[in-house]
Amino acid sequence: MNLPYYPGCTLKANAENFEDSAIKVMEILDYQLNEMKDWVCCGTVFSMTTDDLMLQLASIRNLLRAEEQNLNELVVLCSMCYNTLQRAKQFITEDEENLNKVNDLMYKENIRYEGTVDIIHLLTVLKDRITFDKIKEKVKKPLSSLKIGGYYGCLLVRPKEFAIDDFEDPSIIEDLFSSLGADSIAFPYRLECCGAYQTITKKDVTIKRTYEIINSARRAGCEAIVTSCPLCAFNLDQRQKETAEEFIEFETMPVFYFTELMSVALGGGWDKSWSKMHYVDPRPILKEKRLI
Amino acid sequence: MKRIGVFICHCGINIKGTVDVERLTEELAQYPGVAYIENYIFMCSEPGQKLIKDTIIDHKLDGVVVAACSPTLHETTFQDALDEMNINRHQLEIANIREQCSWVHDDIEEATRKSSLIIKTAVEKLKLNESLIPISAPLTKRVLIIGGGIAGIQAALDIADGGYEVILVEKEPSIGGHMIQLSETFPTLDCSQCIMTPKMVAVNKHKNIKLYANSELESIEGFVGNFKVNIKRKPQYVDPDKCTICDDCTPVCPVVVPSEYDEGMSWRKAIYIPFPQSIPATFTIDTENCLGFNPIACTKCSDACEPDAIDYDKKPEYFEEEIGAVIVATGFDLYPVENMAEYGYGKYPDVLDGLQFERILSATGPTGGEMYRPSDGKVPKEIVFIQCSGSRDPERHLPYCSRICCMYTLKHAKLYKHKVHDGQPYIFYIDIRSGGKRYEEFVQQAVSEDGIVYFRGKVARIYKEADKMIVHGIDTLTSKKIEIKADMVVLAMGIKPNNSAEKVISNLKLNTDENGFLIEAHPKLRPVESLQSGFYLAGTAQGPKDIPDTVSQASAAAAKVLALLSNDEISHSPIVAIVNEELCSGCGICVPTCPYGARELDEIKKIATVNDVLCEGCGACISVCPSSAAQQKNLTDEQVHNMIKIYSYL
Repeated sequence: MNLPYYPGCTLKANAENFEDSAIKVMEILDYQLNEMKDWVCCGTVFSMTTDDLMLQLASIRNLLRAEEQNLNELVVLCSMCYNTLQRAKQFITEDEENLNKVNDLMYKENIRYEGTVDIIHLLTVLKDRITFDKIKEKVKKPLSSLKIGGYYGCLLVRPKEFAIDDFEDPSIIEDLFSSLGADSIAFPYRLECCGAYQTITKKDVTIKRTYEIINSARRAGCEAIVTSCPLCAFNLDQRQKETAEEFIEFETMPVFYFTELMSVALGGGWDKSWSKMHYVDPRPILKEKRLI
Repeated sequence: MKRIGVFICHCGINIKGTVDVERLTEELAQYPGVAYIENYIFMCSEPGQKLIKDTIIDHKLDGVVVAACSPTLHETTFQDALDEMNINRHQLEIANIREQCSWVHDDIEEATRKSSLIIKTAVEKLKLNESLIPISAPLTKRVLIIGGGIAGIQAALDIADGGYEVILVEKEPSIGGHMIQLSETFPTLDCSQCIMTPKMVAVNKHKNIKLYANSELESIEGFVGNFKVNIKRKPQYVDPDKCTICDDCTPVCPVVVPSEYDEGMSWRKAIYIPFPQSIPATFTIDTENCLGFNPIACTKCSDACEPDAIDYDKKPEYFEEEIGAVIVATGFDLYPVENMAEYGYGKYPDVLDGLQFERILSATGPTGGEMYRPSDGKVPKEIVFIQCSGSRDPERHLPYCSRICCMYTLKHAKLYKHKVHDGQPYIFYIDIRSGGKRYEEFVQQAVSEDGIVYFRGKVARIYKEADKMIVHGIDTLTSKKIEIKADMVVLAMGIKPNNSAEKVISNLKLNTDENGFLIEAHPKLRPVESLQSGFYLAGTAQGPKDIPDTVSQASAAAAKVLALLSNDEISHSPIVAIVNEELCSGCGICVPTCPYGARELDEIKKIATVNDVLCEGCGACISVCPSSAAQQKNLTDEQVHNMIKIYSYL
């Protein structure tokens, strides 16, 4: 089955392992992620800074492209893209005047946007269309005894209007990993912000967040963290380098995209090229658990 | 023809400022039927009323139009004046030239012309007014009270002491409501059970109170003064006359169930007495959990019962009672704490709601009044209270303030401190609402003497690490994030109408607001009556309130009922619908139209009838009647036509 898919910039650069593993996993589950044509950057953080009309345009232009290509939905992997596209969609569907303004601004486009494209996160596809029971049946290498902490960050559950699960007490990642045979742990800081773009201008803020989040996971018994956000992954994984320098007693912890571990569990294996995308080497824990 | 007097009020400048009263007086003096006309600065004043009364004699008037303010304000005043002069009070009409004219216009010409028209219509209506006398109906001098909490108990005792019979219906096996669960009460810290149980015993002993515990209202019919109710008493399977309360049955019962009285923090058996001071003092078998309904499975309690009081085959019993009025005191439940996932209730045993904490504080509670936490029995040294849990949050939870949480939380913190001297209570709050008598003093004393730390702000999240509850919040006064490693957390849940109230209220056909609370007839001036005649409200069924306010309202409802019952008959306004039997075809369209259930079809005469006592004179049936058989007294079609004609001459 084909699913129209919006990758976003990071998945073509720093998070190639995310896209790679997702495509592989979906193939095992008999789904084809079909990348839409002519996509542009989702607009990322700029659309969140104010509600200025211009800032919504990048997102809406993607939706317009999707509509042109007769796609009525877009599957998104990156939490940030998911959130940004959803916000833009909300902006134009909650008020017809906004839709008109946006269309007027994009007068050079060939068609007017109608607001028909749905945004859906891959986790939701796994839960609602494929179902975790089906996934469980396809597990070849259960992630037995691997203690996994699902990290949601802010973007999957806020604002609550398009949270992919209960916005105060989500369980979608935990449920997924339970079906893969892992020991899912709902650790306290799983909904805390990773520091996001502060990582560029106020690195110390992000280092402190990483320190707290990883330690919270460790205290709860986690051996690894999974996420669906390249920015969270960057902050929680790459920033462990500086975190370890700043806090002498800090112990590192591998951070995965949820699709990477799904690939391992569903028999897609671990692609060698993914290892170099991680700062904290994920191979020792996988070897220890006899998963690679 | 009637001799009609017209009296135009200036209402200071309220009317005179916009209406030329002198010109009006001159003009209307010529109007047919007006025998006398006068204007005066304040008609409602004593001299104003005297003017009317004197004129009635001097000019032999037999009808009066007062052109003044809305009839809701002074109609009764002027009707009483007519009464004094031995003229039927229905020979008075009010022409409202203030709210409906002078206040809403500023053009004197227009306003004067409109006033003239309004007065003329009143004169036309009055010309055909009949002299009427109030309708009377018999009155059953007994009262039904639904709910045996403190509100129901107080109202029952007050009415019973006044000499009238009370039927008290309680759905649980014992009366006492939520108040019997409480430890001590703010702001005086007197023991709740100590002040509650004497009242419960008094209910049990009072010769004028008939108590139906473990019972529910099945149906109600009739009208004020004349209700018939059907009460279902659920089987308790233990014969209270035979049971000696020896308690041989509970040790042998193999079924354990979380105790409702202890809010699930202790266990009871399937055969149980809710708490030691239960009224009535009898054991009850809980149908849902007892195995004995299959005699092969278990008959242990029956075997152990020497007086042979247990009968598994008992069926519900139904009782018919005739009553004259109903007091609804169905009470409250806490807002479901499960709705607040971020606080981890249910996941963490040391996150409690307010009622559970009351049970821990209570001498009859699961810990015997000692301060131990549920998870491991340790003494909590740091404890966080979260006010407004589920209240004042229109987006996600209850929009309103539950009124009692500020005070009960403070009481909790204080009582905790009395039990754990080296403990530290923290309270998160939005505002401190301490408006009751001696409440603010209670707050100040607790803050200064008991070392309670208040944080103004909300708690975002609670999670567990090791054996601590980590409370993440914010202090909005300093804008600092706060993290407290607490041993226990108490959520001051807001209150909502009792879970079973909806069914009772829909049975009684009473109106509720958007939150499910009963609506009073007037928020300020009629706070204990329902708009539906014969129904009275007491306690938290009407809105969140503390014990003093609940008791006050219950006594007020009782006073209203006593006033009703002190009459020999009930009196009702004679402005009702009537049916012209010759015109009525018996189509019955009026029957479902009537909102008061006052319309019925007479199966023998094949025509529609009106129950005068139920009819409120709203006119709904008159407007739907296709044959004009339905008419309203003193507002007949002819009167309405004559009034309309005034405008057709324009």
